[in-house]
Amino acid sequence: MKIRTLIGAALGLGLLASAAQAQTTLRIAMTAADIPRTLGQPDQGFEGNRFTGLTMYDALTAWDLSSADKPSVLIPGLATEWAVDANDKTKWIFKLRSGVKFHDGSAFNADAVVWNVRKVLDREAPHFDASQVGVTASRMPTLRTARKIDDLTVELTTSEPDSFLPINLTNLFMASPAHWAAKLAAVPATVTEAPARAAAAWTAFAADASGTGPWKMVRFVPRERLELAKNDAYWNTARVPKIDRMVLLPIPDANARTAALLSNQVDWAEAPAPDAVPQIRSRGFQLFANQQPHVWPWQFSFVEGSPWLDKRVRQAANLCVNRTDMKQLLNGLMAEAVGSVPPGHPWWGNPDFKIGYRPDEARRMMTAAGHSAQRPLKVKIQVSASGSGQMLPLPMNEYLQQALRECFFDVELDVIEWNTLFTNWRIGAKDPTARGAHAVNITFAAMDPFFAFVRFVDSKMAPPVSNNWGFVNDPEFDRLVAAARTTFDAAARDTALAALHKRIVDETVFLWVAHDVGPRAMSPRVRGFVPPQSWFVDFSPITMN
Amino acid sequence: MLEYLLKRILYAVPIALGVSLVCFLLVHIAPGDPLVSVLPADASQEMQEQLRAAYGFDKPLPVQFGLWIWRALGGDLGFSIATGRPVAAEVWRAIGNTFMLAVFAAAFGFLLGAFLGFVAGYYRGTWVDRASSALAVAGISLPHYWLGMVLVIIFSVQLNWLPATGAGPGGSADWEWDWAHMRHLILPALTMSVIPLGIVARSVRALVSDILSQEFIDALRAKGLSERGIFLHILKNAAPTGLAVMGLQLGYLLGGSILIETVFAWPGSGFLLGNAILQRDLPLLQGNILVLAMFFVTLNLLVDLVQTWLDPRIKRG
Repeated sequence: MKIRTLIGAALGLGLLASAAQAQTTLRIAMTAADIPRTLGQPDQGFEGNRFTGLTMYDALTAWDLSSADKPSVLIPGLATEWAVDANDKTKWIFKLRSGVKFHDGSAFNADAVVWNVRKVLDREAPHFDASQVGVTASRMPTLRTARKIDDLTVELTTSEPDSFLPINLTNLFMASPAHWAAKLAAVPATVTEAPARAAAAWTAFAADASGTGPWKMVRFVPRERLELAKNDAYWNTARVPKIDRMVLLPIPDANARTAALLSNQVDWAEAPAPDAVPQIRSRGFQLFANQQPHVWPWQFSFVEGSPWLDKRVRQAANLCVNRTDMKQLLNGLMAEAVGSVPPGHPWWGNPDFKIGYRPDEARRMMTAAGHSAQRPLKVKIQVSASGSGQMLPLPMNEYLQQALRECFFDVELDVIEWNTLFTNWRIGAKDPTARGAHAVNITFAAMDPFFAFVRFVDSKMAPPVSNNWGFVNDPEFDRLVAAARTTFDAAARDTALAALHKRIVDETVFLWVAHDVGPRAMSPRVRGFVPPQSWFVDFSPITMN
Repeated sequence: MLEYLLKRILYAVPIALGVSLVCFLLVHIAPGDPLVSVLPADASQEMQEQLRAAYGFDKPLPVQFGLWIWRALGGDLGFSIATGRPVAAEVWRAIGNTFMLAVFAAAFGFLLGAFLGFVAGYYRGTWVDRASSALAVAGISLPHYWLGMVLVIIFSVQLNWLPATGAGPGGSADWEWDWAHMRHLILPALTMSVIPLGIVARSVRALVSDILSQEFIDALRAKGLSERGIFLHILKNAAPTGLAVMGLQLGYLLGGSILIETVFAWPGSGFLLGNAILQRDLPLLQGNILVLAMFFVTLNLLVDLVQTWLDPRIKRG
């Protein structure tokens, strides 16, 4: 009897041990130098949303990340449906999904939506957090208030009619009000001032977060690692993660990330070093890349005296760049840009000006504009040596400098520090900080119509309001922007945005060069990954061999 | 000795204040917006002003400096703009990690450097001297981040013997003195030790060589003192200067290396500093620089005291 009991116990232990071994963990090397903020509104751009936003949290609306072949489109998230008020186009009604719980067990409802809107927009709210305002409010520039109608219905109000609101709302992640309240209650009584107590509660919340997302936070070591466990109770049963655990490691140096992958310290490396691509492939690792809604451009200045005021010059520059050559320079890790969105995208619009490599045509245009090899056109471009989303700015800009020389351009590169360049972007081409530059090289995301188009061409968006750095001032652009913003049927809105994009390309507001392809290298053990045409990724279908 | 000690501590106070002022001014003079990490590129002017006021950047610089130094005296270095976490906790954790790295790098670099330098100086002009000096010069000349990458390629990527990045399998928070953790320390510590190794070796060689050419060594030999006794005399005469060099090098090591800690993703003060610079996180940058500067000041004070203890002539001077 004793022997049988012992054998049974041993077998039981063996089963337990093998179950523990079966735990699958995916280790990811991020490009970020720190864990993006975990309190609901991540910093560090869309990499932040990718890793600590969409994993632990949901928003009212979401991106469809299930396809590698089609552009990622908007789908319901925590809201099941939404519509603008027929009589007052500044009011929207959002119907919420029932039965959704936060990781702490509290219910997601209209009160939670109102609370999350107030955390960034209502300075009087007890839980208002200034540190979350910057990364949130500008991504939903017209949202003003939220009002509960019933437990599962909420009314959102905008400052002006704005059909982009549902797209913007993908950036407002729902954090748990109950969990925050618990953190507030735990703040020591010695902290007496209300803002200080709220700040302390947010710091505690960030270290032990609670959202509704498919992943739950289990361990957080600042600047070193974030460990997430799958949320078995996730409301979308089709998206319950297939692996048990995910470890996110900030490794900002591309060579270090690549070495960590090749030495099996991580299973997934974001943006590996381009030079290491052949080695990554030859050692049996997988390399994924797909065109992202990202643009690597020169943004032209339209202020008085700018050489780009002549449309022939703008178009000549676009025809003088052999993007295929540049792609080779980057080991294939870019897509050739012929507009802010690619052909086939719902906002493409089929422009009349066809961008491509036609240097003879470019030279003819430049000659017509009064320039020649003997009298080249001098242009000054502000660029950075590095920076988020900038890919390889120096080699790429030097390539452009060399290529454009063939079409009678004399390009001067003014290299400045990335954060300074980024700050100057808000200040505009007329400011002394631009140092007389005629264009600026700052990459941008093109997922959302405001970020992709509006902020660059709407005359109301000229500095200091937004990023119309070059002071584009064209009534037709303003009209097209207004038309798109006030078209509330989704298909008609896409048609209006296509008309806007067509004009942007036809008027040639940028020198379009490349789209990033979001390269990521993975161990052969990683299976089921779909590289969507998006900045974001769905980790749920991934399995590990 | 007590009077000397008090005097040296008193001298350190204006140095500390000066360092604080310089580091505060330097980070504020640098171009760019301190709120860049929390302010989006297209933030409205109203939002910029609102956040500037919320973070206290709307106050005049002298007021900002006064408030910062007053809080710093109480151990409060403020909150990181980018993360919202207290700076003091971040800085101490990072310095702890760098300290571990620095101690190992120093132990290896100083011992081997002193040995190589001593041997080269003692056998000056011979092939031993030339080989030791070549090693020392290589240590000083090789870019350490390049060496780090080469070591990673050999020992991590090709041989798979040692990990390429990180401070332990579970991060530095659950550090233990076992092989699983210690193996993470080997490559960064080795890389970090190369420059101090070269500098210490060169300095000790010059010292030993200089001492050996002095007349009292000939006198000692003439009196029949054994080579062991002469060795002790050389050691005692070389120690104060050697210690000063090592103290300075230890100070540099404790400051962390942005490049090495980035190459190895080692969560130390250099990594933190690099991060703070890239994000223009002023409170984090100022706090980190201040604590490191204080370390340097304290370390120099300690080295001065040890030197004085070893060579009482310094105190009289």
